[in-house]
Amino acid sequence: MAGHDDEEAGVAAGSASAVTINVAGTRGPSFGAPLVEYVLRLGDDRLVLGHRLSEWTGHGPILEEDIALSNMALDLVGQANMFLGLAGELEGKGRDADALAFFREGVQYRNALIVELPRGDFGFTMARQFLFDVYSVLLLDALASCAHEQLAAIAAKSLKECKYHLRHSSEWVVRLGDGTEESHARVQQSLNELWRYTGELFAHDEIDAAVAALGVTVDAGALQSRWDNMVQDVLQRATLSVPTDVVMTMGGRRGRHTEHLGHMLAVMQSVARAHPGATW
Amino acid sequence: MEQPTTVTADESALVAAFEARIAAGESIEPKDWMPERYRRQLIRMMSQHAHSEIVGMLPEGNWITRAPSLRRKMSLIAKVQDEAGHGLYIYCGTETLGVDRHELVAQLLDGRAKYSSIFNYPTLSWADMGVIGWFVDGAAIVNQTILAKASYGPYARAMVRICKEENFHKRQGYEICATLANGTPAQREMLQEAVNRFWWPSLMMFGPSDTDSPNSAELLKWRVKRKTNDELRQRFINLTVPQAAAIGVTLPDPDLRFNAETNNWEFGEIDWAEFFQVIGGNGPCNKERIAARQKAHDDGAWVREAATAHAGKQRRDVQAA
Repeated sequence: MAGHDDEEAGVAAGSASAVTINVAGTRGPSFGAPLVEYVLRLGDDRLVLGHRLSEWTGHGPILEEDIALSNMALDLVGQANMFLGLAGELEGKGRDADALAFFREGVQYRNALIVELPRGDFGFTMARQFLFDVYSVLLLDALASCAHEQLAAIAAKSLKECKYHLRHSSEWVVRLGDGTEESHARVQQSLNELWRYTGELFAHDEIDAAVAALGVTVDAGALQSRWDNMVQDVLQRATLSVPTDVVMTMGGRRGRHTEHLGHMLAVMQSVARAHPGATW
Repeated sequence: MEQPTTVTADESALVAAFEARIAAGESIEPKDWMPERYRRQLIRMMSQHAHSEIVGMLPEGNWITRAPSLRRKMSLIAKVQDEAGHGLYIYCGTETLGVDRHELVAQLLDGRAKYSSIFNYPTLSWADMGVIGWFVDGAAIVNQTILAKASYGPYARAMVRICKEENFHKRQGYEICATLANGTPAQREMLQEAVNRFWWPSLMMFGPSDTDSPNSAELLKWRVKRKTNDELRQRFINLTVPQAAAIGVTLPDPDLRFNAETNNWEFGEIDWAEFFQVIGGNGPCNKERIAARQKAHDDGAWVREAATAHAGKQRRDVQAA
């Protein structure tokens, strides 16, 4: 873990060059620590969101929707398993996906804040899912043709699933926005609460810059403008308004999370941590 | 469920023809004539089965967020999702008998409808996820393999499909148990403790002894059931005892012994007082289970209303266009 902490310190200090030097020095010329960090972000987003969705299993508003929410949870945890597996491999310290999922502290998680917020009501869950799905589809689409073969393959596989999720979540946003006065008010309220966490999805930092140099290129500006258009289009159909004048909250990519994540992980990691070294 | 006091000549001819078809091994389909009591028995059994799938999601759903590996987390989500699918499928099958899902759900929530007694027991450790798959899905398979040959076509066909998935769940559960059995002392202890809690309630899943089962005789005659509760229970025990031995788990019954003459594992006395308390609503989790279903139903009301309202607007738009 020591080496990993060093990398985090480099990131937290905002020193891109320090990270890059570290990478070149210890991990060979092609792919290294920034890529580990980058892939952890992809894995953690999906693990945390998948976990939040799985909290709905057995408690959905309609049986059909219980199945759909569980299905999305399953896809996202499956994607997390692949991304975290790759992160562990790239890291080269013998940590597999489970070690990364169950034996990291909250501050070592790299997910965006939006995915760790409690599931709220069904409108909140679907509004969050929609905002994330648009981002996820655009991002994975870009990553599917990146220079890193394994990453590109996982992105391509995940993209297929996320396109289905996006169709599902955008249909629900329209249904709830356009449905009744109550559903409209609830989902608008959820959007208003969620909006300040959307900026983080498009923040471009030294990790993005470092992986771009390795051929993992995502144009954050282009991503954001396409996201804006797609989100606006659906919200318009849903008769919902886009929140304005929102100050964005960030920090998840550097381990500065909301207080919610610690509680979620306390539950998620409880059995694994009570039996360190056990096989399940 | 009372017998009609008078049966017309026409009806008795219909009943005779119906029973002749069943005796000939034909399957009864939704549009076929059937005695009202047959229809009601099937609605009772099928809706109980569907409710059991739905309520059964709760004790296992309880451990999804704590599953100790990503692989286990995924397979548990998938399993609980399958149960929702089974519930939906059987509710649809029940609708072919002229009753709608909303009415059936209302019966579950207000306590008129029953579901399998096993789901009123709490899940207290990760090992319960293994033991439920092994025992509870194992017992369900014993029941449903026979139901797959039941006389009502839609139910029999549902059972064929569901049994395939339940077999997978059972193997998965037993594999969790085998992994724990090969694990650390704490994991082995966790497994044995879960087996101790779930063994007797699993035997109760087959229902009261035949001498005390009010519905059995008629269900057998109409091939709604094909074996008695006691026969099925014995079959389950015979299958499970060697499986327990294979992974070094002790079944908590000092009277368990093999009878070489009957080829059956004889077992101790089931605590029927406990069974009747649990199905009477006084099990450890009856109130929690129904409260959880009620909460999901109530919390979802505005969502269902919104979906209906939106669909209505869409239809009007289509008509206006």
